[in-house]
Amino acid sequence: MSRLPLDALPEIDTPRIPPAKRRGFATWFASTGWRHLIGVALVIYAAFPLLYVLSASLNPNGTLLSSNGLFSTVGFDSYVRLFDNPQRPFAAWFGNTLFIGLTTAAASVFLGALAAYSFSRMRFRGRRFGLVSLLVVQIFPQLLAVVAIFILLTTLGDVFPALGIDNQLALIMVYLGGALGVNTYLMYGFFNTVPVEIDEAAKIDGAGHARIFFTIILRLVAPILAVVGLLSFIGTTSDFVIASVVLVSPENQTLAVGLYQYVSEEFTSNWSVFAAGAVLAALPVMALFLFLQKYIVGGLTAGSVK
Amino acid sequence: MTMTTRQAPGAKHTARQRTAERFARQAGTGAGALLAKIALLAVLDATAVFAVFTALVRDSILIAVVTGVLTLVINVVYFKRGWLPAKYLIPGTVFLLVFQVFVIGYTGYIAFTNYGSGHNSDKDDAVMSLLQATQQRVPDSAGVPARILADGDDLALLVEREGQLLWGTSESPLAPADPAELEGYTELGFADLLARQQEVTSLRVALSEDPAEGSLRTTDGRTAYPYTSTLIWDEAADTMTDTSTGTVYSDTGVGAFTAANGQQLMPGWSINVGFDNFTRAVSDPSIRTSLLSVTAWTFIFAFLSVATSFFLGLFLAIVFNDQRMRGRKIYRVLSILPYAFPAFLGGLVWAGMLNRDFGFVNQMLFGGTSIPWLTDPWLAKFSVLWVNLWLGFPYMFLVCTGALQSIPEELSEAAKLDGAGPLAIFRLIKLPLLLVSVAPLLISSFAFNFNNFNVIYMLTEGGPRLETSGLNVGATDILISMVYKVAFVGAQRDYGLASAFSIIIFVVVAIIGIISFKQTKALEDLN
Repeated sequence: MSRLPLDALPEIDTPRIPPAKRRGFATWFASTGWRHLIGVALVIYAAFPLLYVLSASLNPNGTLLSSNGLFSTVGFDSYVRLFDNPQRPFAAWFGNTLFIGLTTAAASVFLGALAAYSFSRMRFRGRRFGLVSLLVVQIFPQLLAVVAIFILLTTLGDVFPALGIDNQLALIMVYLGGALGVNTYLMYGFFNTVPVEIDEAAKIDGAGHARIFFTIILRLVAPILAVVGLLSFIGTTSDFVIASVVLVSPENQTLAVGLYQYVSEEFTSNWSVFAAGAVLAALPVMALFLFLQKYIVGGLTAGSVK
Repeated sequence: MTMTTRQAPGAKHTARQRTAERFARQAGTGAGALLAKIALLAVLDATAVFAVFTALVRDSILIAVVTGVLTLVINVVYFKRGWLPAKYLIPGTVFLLVFQVFVIGYTGYIAFTNYGSGHNSDKDDAVMSLLQATQQRVPDSAGVPARILADGDDLALLVEREGQLLWGTSESPLAPADPAELEGYTELGFADLLARQQEVTSLRVALSEDPAEGSLRTTDGRTAYPYTSTLIWDEAADTMTDTSTGTVYSDTGVGAFTAANGQQLMPGWSINVGFDNFTRAVSDPSIRTSLLSVTAWTFIFAFLSVATSFFLGLFLAIVFNDQRMRGRKIYRVLSILPYAFPAFLGGLVWAGMLNRDFGFVNQMLFGGTSIPWLTDPWLAKFSVLWVNLWLGFPYMFLVCTGALQSIPEELSEAAKLDGAGPLAIFRLIKLPLLLVSVAPLLISSFAFNFNNFNVIYMLTEGGPRLETSGLNVGATDILISMVYKVAFVGAQRDYGLASAFSIIIFVVVAIIGIISFKQTKALEDLN
């Protein structure tokens, strides 16, 4: 169990060695200057494509070719046209993505927390077997079984249309199948760090297991709930394989499916409209990500190591 | 399942303590919580009863039984005193069992069938649709006067035969017209007939429940003619006979009616084909070559993706790990941006930038040349790796920075005192320590890239297509995108073969999993 101490990341600037006074350019370049050169190259590589999309989205009526002149024209026409196309209902895609992502995230957190609580706080026959099976099941990503998922939903849909192909509820339920495997383990470790004495004190005061879980434990483990919820949200919203197979009609689709079809069908002519869609689709995820970067990376690392 | 709450090892509950605990628990559970529990279970049970009933009506015995059993188990668990762990585990477990464990097993089953285009359902459905699809007008048959009635989108056919009014729709066969049933329908006039001509000509009203008797159709909305199938279904002999050519098609066990010369009637039905999909994948040269090249590329892609992003990340971590350097935080935040950008969008944006004729790279960086970044097999492979590096290096950068900083400074200072140069310190001390902590992440990164569908599919859709292949696969396809394309892209869908390919991925992923378990000793850590 080697967890990387990434929490130490932001503090590295503290013990700064005072810069030597009046150094020559050559000494400066040899010690840190060349690092800035690499840094600039790095920033161009990393950030240029994002700058390019932003510029393309601001280019009214831009084709792929005319988007090459960066920021040559600036206007918001493409954003208006994006929301003005009944065949490609961007607003609906955005809403669907949020709905599916948030529902899946919330439900995953809840299901995972329930399971993690029982594994962390109770001792029962089959506990070790349960933990090991979860660990084994979670190495198989759900998208490997996409064909079986498709056929299962087709069959289910013949009987219950609400659980069939082209239904968002069905997609959410499929995603929830993966909730326990991925999240329980991450949460289990965190639950174990909450002292058992707190539970016992509450029990002496007369609290039942449900009250302990809902009012005490869930509050104490809030950070891991946020991380799991966020990872689940990001994973769900960027899924293409299962979403594209399950959701068929345009008004039901998510951003990943809709924007892919947008590009594959009218690639070069409506590039700026696609770019506007990409900017809007990426903004919330990127904002969340950068805001909670420290926790996410820590969570990713912990999840894959353990 | 026995259950005791967590306690000091060896401590035994006495009877008094147990009683006290029960009192405490009961006192702690409010009436509100109990009501909420009963209400939730009531809603669940009501839904389940409805679901079982619906399933029984639609003849889905299996779905009814599974739903019933699951509901029963849930009720028992929540109404039985004790069994606390089960109460907490069951909600997630139900989803896990149905949508993860079951579908994995089901994939294994589908791999042994010929499920796919033309083999979608059972034999009865196939017979029915064959008899309906091959209907032709009975030669020299007399027409009957007909009228087309409409109720919104629904069309009905009203005919007069031997002085009796008969009516039917595409769902219900011809029956004596009952004025009460015809309520709401209006007759289509000439203009409506023209406007809805296509709907009218495709309307077919079966003469009876037996599809072999044929149907009535009309082309002009005025006269209807009887149509019968050119095929005759002999249930006892299990054969289909084509009356126009006299060919006899029989069920030879391949999932379709097959003539003596090998010609098949489509649609067929899905059957168990044993190891056919697997032997086909190995013995059919056009499938074998594409499977081999795709598998090889999957490994190369995953390996190179991990290697390039790790080395770039490590290099950057070293470069920016100098405390004398200013502005490191800014560089770090800006370079994390690609990691925060949704991967599917990254692929689509790069696909535009690398476009051969209009893309930014060719137009602006290479002065208007037409370099086929995404359409030449080798350049496409390079582009896929390049874009995946863009998406993946920030993670390795973060991870390596963290790992480097967690190595104690004392080690390198001690080595310096012993006369080691900076390179030797890095190679002999820092790198081995770093690899120890990063190795598990490299393995999981490999497993992730092994199934990294999004970057491949959004950038190249797996193309350019392999010309030698009998399947719709291309030079940059990895196994998972091949599965997707064989199963869901194009007219010819082959779920059986796609599932057989999935099995290969399952095996590889399982092996990677075993390696990573050994590496992290995660299983031994469980207590």
